[in-house]
Formats: sequence, C-alpha cells, structure tokens
Amino acid sequence: MLVNQFLILGAVLFCIGVYGVLARRNGVLVLMSIELILNAVNINLVALGSLQGPEAAVAGQVFTLFVVTIAAAEVGVGLAIVLLIYRNRASVDLDEVDLMKG
Amino acid sequence: MPENIAFGILALVATLAALRVVTTRNVVHAALYLVVVLATVGALYVLLAAEFVAAVQILIYIGAILVLFLFGIMLTRPTIGTDTGLDNDQRWIAGVTGLFLLGVLSFVLVDAFGDEQLPDLGGVSREALTAERGTAAVGDAIFSTYLVPFEVVSVLLLAALVGAIVLARRD
Amino acid sequence: MLESIWVIPAVTFASFWLILFFGKRLPKHGAEIGIAALGIAFVLSCVAVVEWNARPADEVVEAGHETGALEEGHGGAEVDDEGHALGEVQTLALESAVEAEGGEGEHEAEPIRSAVERNLTWFSFGGVDVTVGTAVDGLTVVLLFTVALISLLVHVFSTNYMHGDVRFTYFFAALSLFTTGMLLLVVSSSLLQALFGWELMALCSFMLIGHWWEKKPNSDAAMKAFLTTRTGDIGLLVGIVIMFFAAGQTFDIAAINEAALSGAMAETALVAGAAALFIGVIGKSAQFPLHTWLPDAMAGPTPVSALIHAATMVVAGVYLVARLYGVFWEAFDIGAGGVNPIALIGGITILIAAALAFVQTDIKKVLAYSTVSQLGYMVMALGVGAWTAAIFHLFTHAFFKGLLFLGAGSVSHAVHSFEMKDDMGGLRKFMPVTYTTFMIGSLALAGLFPFAGFWSKDEILLGAAENGYRLFEVVGIVGAFMTAAYMTRCVYLTFFGRYRGHGHPHESPPAITVPLIVLAVFSVGAGFLNFPGFERFFELTENRVFLLAGVEHHSFEVFPAVVSSAVVLAGLAFGGMLFFARHLPRGVTARSGAARAGYSFLVNKYYLDHLYTGVVIGSIKGGIARAAYWINQKVIDGVVNGVGIASKRTGSWVYRHIDQQVVDGAVNGAGFGAEGFGGILRTIQTGRVQQYGALLFGASAVLALTLVIFI
Repeated sequence: MLVNQFLILGAVLFCIGVYGVLARRNGVLVLMSIELILNAVNINLVALGSLQGPEAAVAGQVFTLFVVTIAAAEVGVGLAIVLLIYRNRASVDLDEVDLMKG
Repeated sequence: MPENIAFGILALVATLAALRVVTTRNVVHAALYLVVVLATVGALYVLLAAEFVAAVQILIYIGAILVLFLFGIMLTRPTIGTDTGLDNDQRWIAGVTGLFLLGVLSFVLVDAFGDEQLPDLGGVSREALTAERGTAAVGDAIFSTYLVPFEVVSVLLLAALVGAIVLARRD
Repeated sequence: MLESIWVIPAVTFASFWLILFFGKRLPKHGAEIGIAALGIAFVLSCVAVVEWNARPADEVVEAGHETGALEEGHGGAEVDDEGHALGEVQTLALESAVEAEGGEGEHEAEPIRSAVERNLTWFSFGGVDVTVGTAVDGLTVVLLFTVALISLLVHVFSTNYMHGDVRFTYFFAALSLFTTGMLLLVVSSSLLQALFGWELMALCSFMLIGHWWEKKPNSDAAMKAFLTTRTGDIGLLVGIVIMFFAAGQTFDIAAINEAALSGAMAETALVAGAAALFIGVIGKSAQFPLHTWLPDAMAGPTPVSALIHAATMVVAGVYLVARLYGVFWEAFDIGAGGVNPIALIGGITILIAAALAFVQTDIKKVLAYSTVSQLGYMVMALGVGAWTAAIFHLFTHAFFKGLLFLGAGSVSHAVHSFEMKDDMGGLRKFMPVTYTTFMIGSLALAGLFPFAGFWSKDEILLGAAENGYRLFEVVGIVGAFMTAAYMTRCVYLTFFGRYRGHGHPHESPPAITVPLIVLAVFSVGAGFLNFPGFERFFELTENRVFLLAGVEHHSFEVFPAVVSSAVVLAGLAFGGMLFFARHLPRGVTARSGAARAGYSFLVNKYYLDHLYTGVVIGSIKGGIARAAYWINQKVIDGVVNGVGIASKRTGSWVYRHIDQQVVDGAVNGAGFGAEGFGGILRTIQTGRVQQYGALLFGASAVLALTLVIFI
C-alpha cells in the first residue's frame, strides 16, 4: 500500500471537515465537522507512524489515543457551550452569535 | 492487493459519508453518517495494524462521543426532521476554501511522499507483529515513555469535566 | 510498628471515607468514627514512640560532612539488625573520631538509632524508579505523637463545639482527611509522596476554613489561605524538581540530604533548589511576606484553627526544613554564622507578628499572630543551626497553642463572640477551668519557668548564641518580651476586669474542658523531656542528617536561662502595668470628682499612666504596631492595588495632557483618513466566527502554497 493513499484520504476528510466548520450554521454540526478534522489527523498519525518502523508506529498510535481523549473533552465542553447558547437564545444558530462584530 | 481493494471501498465510503455529514439537511442523519465515517476510519486502523486504536475508535467515538452528539441534538432541537436553515450563506466561500486547501495539501503530499510504500507487514509473523506494535506494546509505551503526557491528559479531562459542568449547570 | 507505620495514615484515611459514606446514619453523625480512628492512630503512635525508644542505637555516623557520607554506603535499613555490619561501621567511626577535633569527637561518635525505611516502587519512567515508602526516625515519631494527640483532642472538642452544625458529618470527614495529610507528610520517605500530604492539607484547609461558606468573608478567607499557600507551593514544586535532578534523579529524602552534604550537588542547583523550597515553606508556615493568610484563616471554626495552627498545616513548613536540613544547611551555609535567609525571615517574622498581636481585639487573631511569631522562632532556630531546639519548640508549641485555641473556643462557646473588648472580661469567675488552663497556656507561650515554652525557647536562644548568631539571640529575647506583654493583654481583656458581654456565660461541658486539661498537663510537662541531664527528647530525635552536617546540640546553661526568664518577667510586668494597673485609676476616677481633686497628687500617677498609655503603648500600639499593621494591610496586601492605581493615574495623566492635547490634534487629521479606510475594513468584521475561520483557512492555504512554490 502506498502511504499516500492514507495521507490523501486524510487530506480529503480534513477539507470536508473544514468545509463543514465554515458552512454549517448549526452548532452541533460544526462540532461534528471538527470531529472529521480530528479523524483526518489521526489517520495521518497512524499511517506515518507505520511508515517509520515499529517504534514510531507505537508512538503514532499512542498519540492517536491522546487525540481521541482530547476530542472527547472538546466535545464535552463544546456541547456545553452550545447548550448555553441555546438556553440564552433558544437557537443554536451561529450566525446570530456575533458579539465580536466590529 | 486485497488490502488495496479493501482500502478503496473504505475510502470511498468514508468520503461519501463525510460529504453527507456536511451537506445533509437532517441533523440526526448527519450524526448517523458520522457513525459511518468513524467506523470506516476504525477499519482503516485495522488495515494499518493498529487494532487497539481501532477498538478505541469504535468504543470512544461511536460509543461515547456520538451519544453525546445525539444528546446535544436532542437538547437543542425541538423538532427533529429536515431543516433548510442548516447552512449559512457563505457556503460557496467555504467550498472554495476547502477545495483550495485540498489542492495545496494533495500537491504537498504527492511532492513529499511520491509513491513511497508502507512496509509490507504480510511477511511478518503474527507474534512478532503483536510484540512490535500490538496492544501490549502500546500499553507499555503509554505507561513508560508517555507516562507524563498521559497524566497531563487525565488532568485535562478533569478540567474539561469541571468546565462542562460549570458551563451547563443552571444556577 | 515502625516497619508498618503506614497503618497510621491509612486508619485516618479509612475514617474519612467511612464518615463520608456512613456518617450521617450513625447516632453521633460520624463523630464516633473520627474519634475512634484518631484514638487508634494515637495508640499506634505511642507504640511507635515506645518502639523507637527501645530501638538499639546501632548506627555510628562520622562527624562532619567533609568525610563523605556516601562512601560509607549504609542506608539506614541495611544496618538494621545486622550485627556484623556494626563492627565495620564502628571501625570507621573510630578513625573519624581521631580526625575529629578535640572533645567533640567523643560526643559525636556515640551511636544513634538508624532510621527504619521501607520503600516500594510506585512507577518508573525513563529508567527512573519512583518509590513510595515510609521512613521513620525520631523526628517522625515525635510528630506522629503530637499530631495524633492534638487531632484526637480536637475531635473530642468538636463533638460539643460543632454540635448541631449543618455540616457536622462533613466537618469530621474533613478533619480526618486533614490529619491524614499531615501524617502522610510526616512518614513519607520521598519528596513526591510528601507533596501529596502537603497538598492534601492545603485542600482540607480550604474546605475547613470555608466551612461556613455561606458568609462571604469566610469563603474569602478560605480562598486567601488557599491561594497564598499555593503561591508558596509553586516554589515548592520547582524546588522538588530541582532537587530531583540535582540529587541524581531521585525523590528519596535521605538520598537528597546525603547528596547535598557530600557535595555531590552542583552549587547553583543546590542554592536555587533550597531557595525555591524555602518559598514553599514561607507560604505554608506563614512566614513574613506570605503570613497574611493565617490571621484571616481564623474565619474557620475554632477547632480547625487549633488543628491548623497547633499541630498540622503551619508546622509542615518547619518540618520540611528540618527534614531536608542537609540541603538547607549546605545551601545557606547555616553553620558559618552571619546572616542567612532562613534565620532572617524567621527573625523578621517574630518581631512583626508579635507587634501586630498588640492591636488585635479578636482573641483568635491575637493567637494567630502569636502563632506566626512562634513559627518565626522555629524557622529562626533552624536558620541558626539549632535543629533540636526548633523541633522541640514545635513539639511544645503544639500543646500550648492547641490549648490556647481550644480555650478561646471554649470562651467563645460561652459568650458567642471572639471580640475581647466588647464581649469578654471577667470570665475568670464564670469559667474557672477554662481560665486556669488558658493561664497555663499563656504562661507556657510567654516562656515562663517551668512551663514547656520556657525550655524550648531557651534552647533556641542558647543555640543562636552558641552558634555565633548574637543578633538573632537578641531578636529572640525581644520577641520573648513582646510575647509576654501581649499575652498579658489578651488574658486581661478576656478574664479580668468587668464582664462586658451580654447573657450569662457558663463553664463549658466536659467534652470541651477535658481536652483543655489534657493539653494543660502537656503544656506544663512537655518541657521536662529536655530537662538538663535527662535530655530524652534530644536523644530521641537525634538523626543521621544533622550528625553528618555537624549540627551541635547545646545543653542547658544557667545564665542565658536567667536572662530570658528575666526578660519574660519584665514583659509580664510591663503588660500587667499597662493593663491591670490601668484598671485601678479608672475605678478611682470614676467614683467622684471630689475624690479626684483630693488625690490630686495621684493625678501625676495618672499622668504617668497616660504617659504609659499615650506614649509607650501609643508608640508601640499606635506607632510601630499600627505601622506594621498598616504595612501589612496596605503595603503587602495592597502592593498590587498600588501598582494598579499608579498605572491608572499615569494613564489618565497621559490621557489628559499628551493624548488629548498633543496627539489628538495631530491624529485627528489622520483619523478621518483612517476612518474612511476602517469603514471598508469594518465590513469584514462581521463578528461571525465562521467567516473569520474561512479567512484563516484560506490565508493559511495561500501561505502554504507560496511556501511550496518558492522553497
């Protein structure tokens, strides 16, 4: 197998995720798109680790596990924020959240 | 060769499902498509001989994170069904940005790795494979070399837990 | 018992969980579990003391650290029970005795009891084994005994004092956990493990000081205590890490001490590490710059104050210095005389805190400042090389300060207040037991012969004098004078004069008075452990580290003792004159105008009194003390505020003079131009994160592309 198979698939998922983050209006969907991005990164970690021999393979897997853990934390906090927005505004429409407007 | 076929199928499914995640008009469907993406990515880990990560992917992502998402949807969407207002008006900007990014990334990847092959693990015996990069090896690495990051991550989880509670509680 | 000393903290830890889970359902709401656990812990501690006492003195330590402790190669446990090793070590000792100078050699060649160590590997990373374990020596058993006893008495006291409290069960659980923290710290053989105990105490002190958190000042005080000690703990953490690397990647306390004393540590690392550790000590033991939290911590329930200030939290810092004495000894050249940071901080703390104690009207705050001052004594003693004296003072102080706090608790139980001036006075008649025991505690604190404080304070002064720290001896004597005077004031305001409060005070029930009586017995008797010619305490705590360092212990001498006693008496007399005597003229003048005229010559005496009150107290109370208090409140607390205000003022000055007049005129023209341009830019400032995201990703893709193309 080519390593590029995996890396390019990662790139594709990453870009789809970026599109989702930019184009989605619903807060929960944006968080899902972020999960896509993180998965793309994980594929890269495992594939590149596997390319470099056993030790790097283990390192890549360990870091993937860390990313999964952090993703879980991120979803927890992110959903809490979305819930808070929903409670304050009765909607999760991110277009309405524009307190930073200059 | 069979692994290439498997990869092709998985990659196709993953890409299509991912596209549906970001385009579907039903939030619950998006979550279900995300399940498909995550499961195929888990299968890709198996192809790369990372079976523990694959298991974690299924357990944590599909078992825990996805459930969280469904809860989030449930708590924020009074009506479940199709919704035209899920995308904002900068869809085209986002699409262009995404494609541009994909072009740049693909170019860089092809330029850097060309047709470099992954090491063929077919010839390696199963015992050797397990000893080298199996679950036991990963466990050893976490609790020796990466012990400190591991502890830090646990603190981070605690912080996230506290943060989520603080944010979400009604007072 | 010495091998399995871990049982003691384990018992109190188990008690914490049991109270938490089952406490509410029990008839006494969990108090019985706490008392039972502490009772067991106390009995076990007594067993440990007895076993330590019975342990044969089998280790001979070479005098002076120059001879190189590491080559000797006997960790405490190995020598233990091995008869053949003994002969070998003694040969070494004989050689070293020849090298040692004069008569001291004979003294130091006497064998001591070796520490009992037991270690397990906790985890290992990067080839380093991190161990947990227990190390028991004289210092440990003394502290175990003290902590367990005081904590037991505080538990008993609390059953009545906290009766009917909304969070009664929770309070006992926290007390158990707090005690666990201290016991764990004391038995630890490694710094990392000690840190756990240390932080456990910080957490519990937060919980206990803020026990009545419904009132804002209480939760503020808890926060202040937590954050202030945390500031110090940053230093501690840094210090532990430095020590870890400097001592060759080990957290083992004994190994760190040996490495420091044998000169194996790099000088810079040693000094930096010791300084960082000492910052932690300053925070925890409420030494000079970080002492502000301790008086505020009085917001907690009184038994907590007794526990924190007598036996556990604040002495943890002193304990740490004593435990890592090799490190501090080498880093700050304690044996060399002159001035070193430890002694200096201790000395400053003694005087500042004692001065502050004069102006307090809250009885607990007087005691709090006196605790700060007494901790200053301990730290100073360590700084001048009087190791045993510091530990001895820690030991005796635990009893009489615990007694005083519990006595204050008993008083407040009767009058429902802590204000000495408004709600107390004349309580001697109403509360005879509390009065008697409080008097004993005060006299012990003042350091009057034959109470416990006398012996330990005297040893500190003697140590300072003999080790060439004359300056600090003087500081100590002045401190003793002030202590005697402010305690007289405190006792006067509380127990003498006229009752100023409301209601009918009454003697407290036995659950409160029995702990007071027990502590009073110890406050009288504890000092005799180091009675000249007996010196049991010294023999018990003698340990390897200070013999290696060459710390000398000085026996009792008559002359300095007489001097310090005289000073204490003078202090008592001074305080008595100011407070008790003032009582008399006031009574006379209040009687009638004629009487005042008739005794016109006595007016001069009144004037003298006015002179005393106006000028002498005025200068101490109004001047120095208030200035110190002012510095305390305004400068130290407010230094950040000051900086803030100053920068705000500067800012507004700049705004008014430069900004408005000079710059504004010049800029206005440019401003209009900028406004037009900004209007264009403003359109992309939509406040929508996703649009920013699109720009971010797009821009980074462009950057990546240029990077790929041009490189």
